[in-house]
Amino acid sequence: MSDISMRTKAMTLGEIGLIIVFIALACFSLLVASKAYDPGYAFHAWLFAAASCVAIFAIFNRYHDRPAEPPPQSIDGKPNYNFAPVKFMSLAAMFWGIAGFSVGLYLACEMAFPVLNFDLPWIAFGRLRPLHTSAVIFAFGGNVLLATSFYVVQRTCRARLAGDLAPWFIALGYNFFIVIAGTGYLLGITHSKEYAEPEWYADILLVCVWVTYLLVFLGTLWKRAEPHIYVANWFFLAFIVTIAVLVLGNNASIPVSIYSPKSYIVWSGVQDAMIQWWYGHNAVGFFLTAGFLGIMYYFIPKRANRPIYSYRLSIVHFWALIFLYIWAGPHHLHYTALPDWAQTLGMTFSIMLWMPSWGGMINGLMTLSGAWDKLRTDPVLRMLVVSVAFYGMATFEGPVMSIKSVNALSHYTDWGIGHVHSGSLGWVGFVSFGALYCLVPWLWNRRELYSLKLVNWHFWIATIGIVFYITAMWVAGIMQGLMWRAYTSQGFLQYSFVETTEAMHPMYIIRALGGGMFLIGAVIMAYNLIMTIVAAPRADEIATPAPALAPAE
Amino acid sequence: MPEAANDAKTPPTDSHSGMTTTGHEWDGICELNTPLPAWWLYTFYACIVWAVGYWFVYPAWPLLTGYTHGAFGWQSRAAVVSDLAELGALRGPMNAKIASASLADIEKTPELLAFARAEGGAAFAINCAPCHGSGGQGSTGYPNLNADRWIWGGSLDEIATTIAHGARSQDDPKTHSSMMPSFGRDEILNADQISDVADYVRSLSGADTTNGVDLAKGKKVYSDNCAVCHGEDGKGSKQVGAPNLTTQVWLYGSTKADIAHRVDVGGGGTMPAWGAKLDAPTIKTLAVFVHSLGGGQ
Repeated sequence: MSDISMRTKAMTLGEIGLIIVFIALACFSLLVASKAYDPGYAFHAWLFAAASCVAIFAIFNRYHDRPAEPPPQSIDGKPNYNFAPVKFMSLAAMFWGIAGFSVGLYLACEMAFPVLNFDLPWIAFGRLRPLHTSAVIFAFGGNVLLATSFYVVQRTCRARLAGDLAPWFIALGYNFFIVIAGTGYLLGITHSKEYAEPEWYADILLVCVWVTYLLVFLGTLWKRAEPHIYVANWFFLAFIVTIAVLVLGNNASIPVSIYSPKSYIVWSGVQDAMIQWWYGHNAVGFFLTAGFLGIMYYFIPKRANRPIYSYRLSIVHFWALIFLYIWAGPHHLHYTALPDWAQTLGMTFSIMLWMPSWGGMINGLMTLSGAWDKLRTDPVLRMLVVSVAFYGMATFEGPVMSIKSVNALSHYTDWGIGHVHSGSLGWVGFVSFGALYCLVPWLWNRRELYSLKLVNWHFWIATIGIVFYITAMWVAGIMQGLMWRAYTSQGFLQYSFVETTEAMHPMYIIRALGGGMFLIGAVIMAYNLIMTIVAAPRADEIATPAPALAPAE
Repeated sequence: MPEAANDAKTPPTDSHSGMTTTGHEWDGICELNTPLPAWWLYTFYACIVWAVGYWFVYPAWPLLTGYTHGAFGWQSRAAVVSDLAELGALRGPMNAKIASASLADIEKTPELLAFARAEGGAAFAINCAPCHGSGGQGSTGYPNLNADRWIWGGSLDEIATTIAHGARSQDDPKTHSSMMPSFGRDEILNADQISDVADYVRSLSGADTTNGVDLAKGKKVYSDNCAVCHGEDGKGSKQVGAPNLTTQVWLYGSTKADIAHRVDVGGGGTMPAWGAKLDAPTIKTLAVFVHSLGGGQ
């Protein structure tokens, strides 16, 4: 009997290849760990070695447990979807979301009360800030994007996810990258480029993961059983391709040594600044906009059970958006050493970007026509719709702030922080929450969420929190900008820097309060989703007959 | 079945909007054939027209050897230069008077004094407040400028010299360079002697001392090691920047432990030589401003 199974069950080329790769990586990591110049880097090398060993064990373990045949592409004519990695990434998104929001809240408190850094280097603002931004954008947002894109591409292509080990390599590799990046910041390992802080070795890992992601996504599209590619997948694909290009361009750096975490970028001076903001702005444009529009294009029509408002609008605004967005980066460098002509292009392309951005909002909102009444009864749909409203607000505010005369007031002030958070808390956060509220019952085969009432609580607490946050930052930012530029009649600056921070102190407290409410909402969501997985009735269970005509409570 | 819909000649119609769909369906999602909203399209066109117009007016497109300069040849550098010139014209006449007047004259002439305090106050807020505090109140390691206790001298000229050349600044040979020895770290004094002298130093300003301590022992250590700079009476010396120890104003803290630590490690704070960064009239106005803070000498 064992003979038969020995003959039929064999390791795939992928399994053998990956085991060899991980053995090599483990040996190489140990070599680096033994010779590293920097204790933080040695720690990371040990982590790489440990992760490689775990990966080898996991592949063997999976091989031992799996049947001889590869999983079938379809069962009884229905696609055999691969949702296990999607489940993992949904849970990871929940975890990183709460971690990232918590760090953000702590930073908000440090801003209001600097004594809270306790003079500890690891929690000083300069190290925690990239931890917060990376945790919310790349860890929370990234896992949401990975989970939803893998779910949506399978459902809308009616095809099983391409690859066998590849989806798991992406899920685990990406989250390992997050751990390396985040612990690096706390240990003082940083590229010192905003939103691109991970050092060269973390970047290499990310590129390997990302290229695999692209191949899996393309492979799934290739296998599709539908004649056309659904609009959500255009946005996901644009996001994946462009992020790959951006990461490669902005991390073109040369390590000091393979035994050192430090590297230097090949670009210099104003070219480096331009590349940085070409990257930085399009991380917003393609990670936080295009990717999340992909989410919107699936989850809103699905939840509202209505057709997309306009196919033509989705085509025109998609191409206009991706063509125009890529030019807008220089508006982050107004009134700097960047040549005037580049500043002009950055500003005018930002203005032209306004309507293409709003195309997504129109398509999202108008898809509800015929289903507006559902907003009263379905807090998940309400969350998705409010996210689109925040998207519209932030994508109007952005072009306004890119106008040079407005930027002269707003740049470097907390108005920028307010703008970013109306987009990230309102749009990215809410559309992610809405998607997770849809996704978890679908993935775990639950009839409904554990509690819609808790979703309602989440919605209102978080919405009020966002309003606190962004109004406080608008007031603080505009006040700060006006104070910086105030001159006395004799021609001297009226305020010192410290006077501006003193004036903003009350706003900082309100900001922390708003952020705290947003975090409370997310904790409520996590509880609700976990209870949905643990305690909600299964979708295929026959509903137990209700006790006859129980009186309404 | 989606296939049936895909093959149909006339795509299905959405009952709510009366609009046809594209005929495709993905996981139950259809798309309507709604045309582009006119207001959206025309606003988009208007933004494009505005952008193209802007390109003709301002520097916009790179060329092989330069760039398009726009209709009026506007440049941000030229704009900065003209803004600064405007500011210079506003401040210029008074600044010229400040430049030619002596510090004493500035203080005596009400018109000049008012201007100097305004300019000096603004310069102080930007350059000095980060260390000395926005009100000049100082903090541990950073002298209080309100207390009429001057380490390097409190006359107008002495203040101006300190601002221009700084203290222990590596960039300026004329800086105040003397420094207190590290009596403990360099093993000039042992722990008992440091304890004794710390008590004695506290007694100089009338502060209470450790119960039962023999101040004579501390006085002996003081006379042998400290008096050469701080003076036998403890009143300090502005020539070597040795603070007056007989007042209740302490640069590094007043407790016995604070004083013992300072005797142990010695040294002193550093202050940049502002002469390298600020022009002469600004230094003058800063001196006048600082002099006015806490009753200059």
